[in-house]
Amino acid sequence: MRVVIAEDLALLRDGLIRLLEAYQFEVVEAVDNGPGLLRALITHKPDVAVVDVRLPPSFTDEGLRAAIQARREVPGLPVLVLSQYVEQLYARELLSDRAGGVGYLLKDRVSNVGQFVDAVKRVAAGGTAMDPEVISALLVRRASDEPLTTLTPREREVLEFMAEGRSNSAIAARMFVTEKAVSKHSNNIFAKLGLEQSEEDNRRVLAVLAYLQA
Amino acid sequence: MRNPAIALRLRLLAWSLPLAIAAELGIALFSLWITSISVIVVTVGVPLTLASTFAVRWFADRHRSWAANVLGEAIPRPYLLVRPGAGVLSRLWTIIRDPATWRDWIWLLVNASVGFTLSILSFSLFAGGLFYLIYPFLWSVTPPAVFSDPFGGVFHIGQLSEAFLMVPLGPVFLLIWWSSVVPLGRLNARIMHGLLAPTDTARLTARVEQLASSRAETVDTQAAELRRIERDLHDGAQARLVSLGMSLGLAAELMANDPEAARKLLSEARDSTTSALAELRDLVRGIHPPVLADRGLDGAVQALALANPIPTHVTVQIPGRLPAPVESAAYFAVAECLTNAIKHSGAGWIGVDVSYQSGPPSGLLVMLVQDDGRGGADTAAGSGIRGIERRLAAFDGHTDVTSPIGGPTQVRMTLPCELSSPKTSHSSATG
Repeated sequence: MRVVIAEDLALLRDGLIRLLEAYQFEVVEAVDNGPGLLRALITHKPDVAVVDVRLPPSFTDEGLRAAIQARREVPGLPVLVLSQYVEQLYARELLSDRAGGVGYLLKDRVSNVGQFVDAVKRVAAGGTAMDPEVISALLVRRASDEPLTTLTPREREVLEFMAEGRSNSAIAARMFVTEKAVSKHSNNIFAKLGLEQSEEDNRRVLAVLAYLQA
Repeated sequence: MRNPAIALRLRLLAWSLPLAIAAELGIALFSLWITSISVIVVTVGVPLTLASTFAVRWFADRHRSWAANVLGEAIPRPYLLVRPGAGVLSRLWTIIRDPATWRDWIWLLVNASVGFTLSILSFSLFAGGLFYLIYPFLWSVTPPAVFSDPFGGVFHIGQLSEAFLMVPLGPVFLLIWWSSVVPLGRLNARIMHGLLAPTDTARLTARVEQLASSRAETVDTQAAELRRIERDLHDGAQARLVSLGMSLGLAAELMANDPEAARKLLSEARDSTTSALAELRDLVRGIHPPVLADRGLDGAVQALALANPIPTHVTVQIPGRLPAPVESAAYFAVAECLTNAIKHSGAGWIGVDVSYQSGPPSGLLVMLVQDDGRGGADTAAGSGIRGIERRLAAFDGHTDVTSPIGGPTQVRMTLPCELSSPKTSHSSATG
């Protein structure tokens, strides 16, 4: 799987390259600034890009802007954005083209290598990987919304996993229940939130997020 | 009145007689004041002086607002501020050593002579015009001797037709009044401005006092902030790193003999880094939120609204980027208002409106935070609002809170500032 990396701190960049190569990713280019990232994304059209939000020369959200710009020119280009902090505003911007293949994670999550590699693969496959912190903030914010209050604690838990972009089988494994139970929960959730059911993981996440952001 | 020239003159006319009368009443105030201050050694002189000073200042304030209206420029109060909670003697001393007190005193005399003359002249010109216009009428309704010898008997008016000879004088007087009423009024207002506005020294002294106190508050706040950051680092991230080092050291020891325990320690160490990072993140947000650096006030306020549990509508209209310190102060002020609203208001809706008005004299950032909550926000007790005032005072900003019991609450904050890089930025969103 071909991957482009954008990270300005050499230490972290080398760490990411080493980590991804250990899991049989092919790092086609590792850049350390915004304009370089945009060029690399458009020339290589990688299977997935792992991008730091803050990049030179401006040391602001250059990475995010480059990623969004690249996705405008190469629709659906899978991008996993890493950051020291998460902002719902940025999550919303990343998701706004509704093309899927988007991830937004705290940098800390890299330390859980297995989960991180899963997330990269999920994004590469056109799915989503939203940081639990984004999801929990959204749920806290919408806690007073009428339909959300009707969810059972179990259903809320499923919704959180779902919004992170996990499949039913992954959710079942994490909650120590059967896949059938999870799909029952998710049907209930969709019914309560008034969302159309769909086969695709990604659509389902986008739908949930779209609902939460409305 | 639609015609401004007529409206202005009629207003001046309406004021001329009251002003003339007030000018003479001012003499009474002047005498009262002199009397009070000369009996100050007798106990009764002290309250009398305070009371008469209050009266003189009230009297001067009325004239200040009249003159400000005529001249179209504000006349600030020049008086020295009395320390809150100061004793009677200290108040008295502040009054006596205040040059503005003595300037008021001089003005009372000037107003009673020059001011009176100007007002009465202006009034008499108009009254004289009317008088000559209706001269024949007056002549016919009064006994023959009263109006038959105008100009001290230069000529005699024996019958009504002769009385009409006086009528052309009416328009002449009115014409003189028409052309002189505005200069006369402005001259009077100028004199008031000259004596009642703060002198340059007084203005600078007041400014220096205000700057010294806002600087002291800023320095205190910054020092407290640094102490808080130091404590947070010490108890948080630093402690975590120490425990991380211990876990790793122990894991290295155990690696050979008890790999299972070593693995557990390593996983604990990883959790420790996650917690340390989370604490550092919170700390950084408190110092300077990254989204503020990335997106400026616009994006940062939008992000605040998104994270808000109460539906928050944001409009931001700033044609450029604000200077970084102003941006930061403005951001934290809005954030504090939102926190207050969430904690105390019980509101179901919050509106944030940020706009920039370019000069002159200087640009002004206006931030408006309103909610539909229960109101009754206490500016004195609410250290939150006090904190906002302190933060903004460092930039000559102002905070106005209107929060009647039962709501709604509105906080209006202004910050004078210039934009650094003009660009078009306008957004509106509901979060």
